[in-house]
Amino acid sequence: MTHTHTPPTAGGVHLQVHQLTKTYGSRTVLHEAGLNIEPGQFVAIVGRSGCGKSTLLRLVAGLEKPTAGGITLDGEPLDGLSEHTRIMFQDSRLLPWKRVIDNASLGLPRQSKKAALKVLEQVGLAERANEWPSKLSGGQRQRVSLARALVHHPQLLLLDEPLGALDALTRIEMHRLIEGLWQTHGFTALLVTHDVQEAVALADRVILIEDGRIAMDEAVNLPRPRSVGTAAFAALEKRILDRVLQKPQDETAAHDTTATWPGVAAHGLRWAI
Amino acid sequence: MTTSAPIRSESPSALASVHPEQPWAPAHGAVVPWQALVAWTTSITRAFIPWLVPVTLLWLWHISAVNGWLSTRVLPAPLDVVTAAWTLAANGELWTHVQVSSGRALSGLAIGGGLGLLFGLLTGTFRTAETLLDSTVQMVRNIPALAMIPLVILWFGIDETAKLFLISVSVFFPIYLNTFHGIRNVDPGLIEMGRTYGLSGWRLYTEVILPGALSSILVGLRFSLGLMWVILIVAETISAQAGIGYLTMNAREFLQTDVVLVGILLYALLGKLADVFARSLERYWLRWHPGYQTPGH
Repeated sequence: MTHTHTPPTAGGVHLQVHQLTKTYGSRTVLHEAGLNIEPGQFVAIVGRSGCGKSTLLRLVAGLEKPTAGGITLDGEPLDGLSEHTRIMFQDSRLLPWKRVIDNASLGLPRQSKKAALKVLEQVGLAERANEWPSKLSGGQRQRVSLARALVHHPQLLLLDEPLGALDALTRIEMHRLIEGLWQTHGFTALLVTHDVQEAVALADRVILIEDGRIAMDEAVNLPRPRSVGTAAFAALEKRILDRVLQKPQDETAAHDTTATWPGVAAHGLRWAI
Repeated sequence: MTTSAPIRSESPSALASVHPEQPWAPAHGAVVPWQALVAWTTSITRAFIPWLVPVTLLWLWHISAVNGWLSTRVLPAPLDVVTAAWTLAANGELWTHVQVSSGRALSGLAIGGGLGLLFGLLTGTFRTAETLLDSTVQMVRNIPALAMIPLVILWFGIDETAKLFLISVSVFFPIYLNTFHGIRNVDPGLIEMGRTYGLSGWRLYTEVILPGALSSILVGLRFSLGLMWVILIVAETISAQAGIGYLTMNAREFLQTDVVLVGILLYALLGKLADVFARSLERYWLRWHPGYQTPGH
């Protein structure tokens, strides 16, 4: 919150999350989370799997209703899906029966192929416009899904681990692409990831969610474009990673169970599952 | 930009025929004539082998018929069958019967299949329609259409209506079931994505749900087409004043086994045609699907 970022263009939305709680039955996934994200800011949310980070993203997207608390976009309370918000999913979720260009222009009026082609050009796939999605590689599919989101000129782009299934090289390319497009379009971005390096490479702010609570909120004051190799980058990445790994309670619990087996040394046991 | 190129499956024969960098080939890529000859002979042999058994059987049949080992009451000579088909085609009788039979089959398919599609879409889309209708349909489905023949004759007589009814009832279920399942099995992630991209109502239905269910609906159509001919044959055998069934039953009365065989082959041919038609529909509508793409395209 101390960090202020001036967006290149004023195309972002001011996202505020107030005391957000989400429970499924008796399980509380998100516990009174509060956030204030300035227009045009790029925020990454990290955390272990099952910590509630994806739930937060789905709540912000309007895909689910909070149990308590609320979300505002530019001061307007959010109720259901917003036309200014677009999501990039982990699995690209392209429609396999539509050609790349028709996927990119999904949800637009039928005659707006030109806009879609322009955005496809921005992600470097204009020449594949007439292919079926099944002919594309994983990275290309994610680029199409990025183009599909951007063609709507979203003020808030939600990225739900969009690069999780890609190889390391493709991921680095996608980082550059996303950063460049974010700088051009100026939308507010919320990235959910389990990759701390990715978070530090892209975000103005890294937020750690632990057991449904916001456990850390760290500004990333590194100049862009960022290089993974620098000492400052590595130091910050290590600090965040150490913080993420601080509570390994699950492993100790599992270890205790194996130790209670009578007559078997705990280190001698290997589960086949 | 990205490292991995799209993977295309190529048929082994395409790989074998176009392969300029064989280590044992002479320099500068020239193809020696004998190599081309060997390749040509191999491909001809490969194309011929599947026909070996049917051609031999046909020849055996011909030999036994010509030498009188096979009575014409059991099986006519293959050439007699061809002659009978030719005569029937020449005097126009064949076409009238084929037209009548196809007309029956297709109107039955249109009625039963149309209703199946409609009800499948309804129960697949709306939970209330499912709770209201699905268990009834599942119960009725277990009654074989042919078991209803006595009742159908009582209701409709031995008229066209009876035949239409039998065909419609039997083609209804495969299309209904597969449409229902197709709609239900559309990836919920895609529907969610469609909603977040501003699609709703009719557009969500036509751009996401229906195309997602299409491959399953087409499977239902192929099942129905198969059933359609079976039921038609039975219905026409009971009683008919025209059609392929009438042709064969009439020929049986006069011991014209050649005409009977022409009728049987006609049924087979029409069934095959229907299947080819359904396949071409699949190839067109599912051309986005990797399973229906021809390699190299």
